[in-house]
Parts: sequence; C-alpha cells; structure tokens
Amino acid sequence: MGDISRVQRRTITDQEAENITRVEELAYELKVDTVMTRDPITVTPETKMEDTLDLFRSKRISGAPVISHDELIGIISIEDLILCLQKNDLDSPVSKYMSTNLLTITGSEPVIEALKLFASSHFGRLPVLNSNKKLVGILTKGNITNGLLNALQIDYHEEEVRRYRASHLFEDINSDRSSLILRYNIKQGDFIHGGTASSAIKLALLRLGASPQIARRTGIAVYEAEMNLIIHSTNGGVIRVEIEPHQISINISDDGPGIEDIELAMRPGYSTANETVRELGFGAGMGLVNIQRCVDSMRLESVYGKGTNLKLKILLQKEDKFGEGTPGNKEK
Amino acid sequence: MNIQEVITALNLNVLTEKKDFSHIIPTCGYTSDLLSCVMAGAPHQAIWVTLQAHSNIVAVATLLEISAIIITEGAAPDPATIAKANEEGVIMLSSDKPSFYVIGKLWEMGLRSE
Repeated sequence: MGDISRVQRRTITDQEAENITRVEELAYELKVDTVMTRDPITVTPETKMEDTLDLFRSKRISGAPVISHDELIGIISIEDLILCLQKNDLDSPVSKYMSTNLLTITGSEPVIEALKLFASSHFGRLPVLNSNKKLVGILTKGNITNGLLNALQIDYHEEEVRRYRASHLFEDINSDRSSLILRYNIKQGDFIHGGTASSAIKLALLRLGASPQIARRTGIAVYEAEMNLIIHSTNGGVIRVEIEPHQISINISDDGPGIEDIELAMRPGYSTANETVRELGFGAGMGLVNIQRCVDSMRLESVYGKGTNLKLKILLQKEDKFGEGTPGNKEK
Repeated sequence: MNIQEVITALNLNVLTEKKDFSHIIPTCGYTSDLLSCVMAGAPHQAIWVTLQAHSNIVAVATLLEISAIIITEGAAPDPATIAKANEEGVIMLSSDKPSFYVIGKLWEMGLRSE
C-alpha cells in the first residue's frame, strides 16, 4: 500500500498553499462560542488572593472572570497575582487587584473580531458574553489556535477522504470495462462561466488520482473547446468526458453553425472571431492548435450549417493510471 | 524573489485579498494578452503580465496554476472578477505602468522567461 502514501504526500503540498487563505477564511467563519472555553472557573470579589493562587495552581489556569451577583465585574489574572505576591498581600480580596476596565466579546461574533481585540490591547483573555450580557465562556489566543487547527483538520480530512474514495473508484467497482462519464452543458455567450467546466474536470481528474500533467493537459484542451462553444456556437453545446483507467475520451458537440473550412480552421493564427471577442483576448487562432498539442488524438468533424463534433483522446501511461498513486513530480 | 518583494518593488495594487505573499515564489515570467497563447506558453507558477482585465483571465490562471497576474496600464477588473479570483485563490495585482515597464522591472529583479 506504499502507493497510497505517495498520493497523500502530493495532496499535502497541494493543500499547504491553500491553507494560508483558508485560515483567514476560517477566522471569519468560526464563531467565538465554538472555540471558547465554556463554563469557566470564576471567583468573587470577596475571594482571597491566596485562594485564587491555589485555584490557579490546581486548575492550571492563568486568569479568571470575577462574578458578583451573577454579573461580570472584573477579571483577575496571573499578572495581578504576581503584583500581590511582590507586596506580600495574599490576605487581600480579589476586588483589590482585579482589572475592571474590561474588554468583552459576544459569543456570536466571528473569531476575527477577537483577534482584532487581542491585537489592539494587552489582554490575554476575553470574557465571552451572551446576548443577555451574561458570562458564558472565556476566550484565549490558545482557544483560537486550537479552534482553527481543528477546523482545518476537518476540512483537510474531508478532501483527503474525497480523494481517497475517488481514487479507488476503478479498483472498487468491478466490471469488464468501467468508465465514468461527466457531462457539461455550455451556453453560447456565457463568458462569465467560461472555464467552469474545464476547472471542474481538472479537479475531478485530480481527485481520481490522475497525475498533475494529465489533469493540466486535459484542463487546457477542454478550456479551449469550452471557449469555442461560448464564442462560436449558435446554441451552445455539450462537453462529455469519459474517464477510463487507460484513457480519457472527450467529446464536444454543438448544433451549429459548423466550420466552413476545417483545414483553414486548424491553421495556427487563423480565426473567425469578431472584434468584440478579440478585445477580450480570444480569437488568437490558437485554440484548436492548443487542443491538438495537449491530446494524443483529435478528430474534428463539421458540417457547415449543421454543427461540429470534436473527439479527443488522452491516453494514460502506466505511471499515469488512476488510483495507483502518481509520482507527484513537477510539471513544466 | 517572492511575490511580496515584487509588490513592493513595483508599487503594485493588490486587487484580491491581502495575505502573506512572502512564501509565494514565482518560477518565471510570461506575457501575452491573447489567452490561447497564454494557455500554450505560460509555465506553471509563472507571473503573468497582461492588460486583459475581464473574468476569463481568472479561469486561465486557475487552470495553469499561475502564481500571480499583474494587470497593467491601470486596467481595472470588475468586482465579480475579483470575487471569482478570491474564490479560486488567484492573486491579482495591478500597475498603472505599461506592460513593457513592468516586465523590464521584473527582469531587473532577476525573474526570467522559461
């Protein structure tokens, strides 16, 4: 099963780059009350500093909210205790040393708000209140780090499971010839979604365990064909991708207008794209040339006035096959 | 050279979400405004310099795993394009300067064509 560890190592590097932004996203998504410590240990203003010291030591905490008649009135921290120790004043009550100038946060706020408060103050912990201003928890930077790590792990695990399951599809399902067919309907003129189908196909191939090179070649070929449907077709068209353990067959078809001169269309630099489309950077006359470069076989059939059918095949070498753990060597 | 150094040296505007760019290392540079040429020629993890600012540059950059797009001549992508780039994790930067100037600076900084 050494192959599986190779797959996993590749996905980790993929993931690493994404995690940077994912942490930022999570800071906005995660709510304070999902990461805070619930029902924190509290003291009263009358608690002696000596008892507070014992409490901190036995519970291994470094701060506690001060509650009086069910209301939060202050916070006592290890720094306050140190000051008290220096003065040899452990007999005094908490009320003498606690901070009453409090920063608090509401449990329903996103973690990013807490991070901002931590950054702009010297506080190491924030009491968390509910909508009725009652104390429901306490939040430290450590809680946030743990919360983010847990959330990332869940995210990561989900993608791992997806890839693991998908990459074993062809091994787990037994038939004389298994294939997976993906279909995408492409609308004429839909520049906004241009590239959506090709990106989805690329991701599907990666999840199935295809090598990055195969996924990239397929992505480029399908992108060019997808843009052709958007730019040139009369009513849009359909992309059909059939994935088999030994090959990827791609079929792109539309019902018009058809290509007048296929030989001319295949010539590098030749394009029938109009001025508006060219301004968007399309119509370089390289689309079909690019497709040909990326695939192992290409068949273009078109009847002018009827429609076009483009058939592509990408063959998978032994080392490219799905689910066998591809060596994630660097592509160009 | 990392993307943060490029942003600082060329005084680029960061159009997509600000993040830690210092760990993103471009492999080389590429320029063209014709998307099919980019598809054919832009290497993996390259910096792509273009004056195209419409949404399809995001699709191209995603498929090719471009490390960052620098949009030149002050061309401004619309908010939907920026949103799409954020969604796909594509870094979009912009400069008021023409492409030639931007590429010249990048070359001076040591970035090469493949």
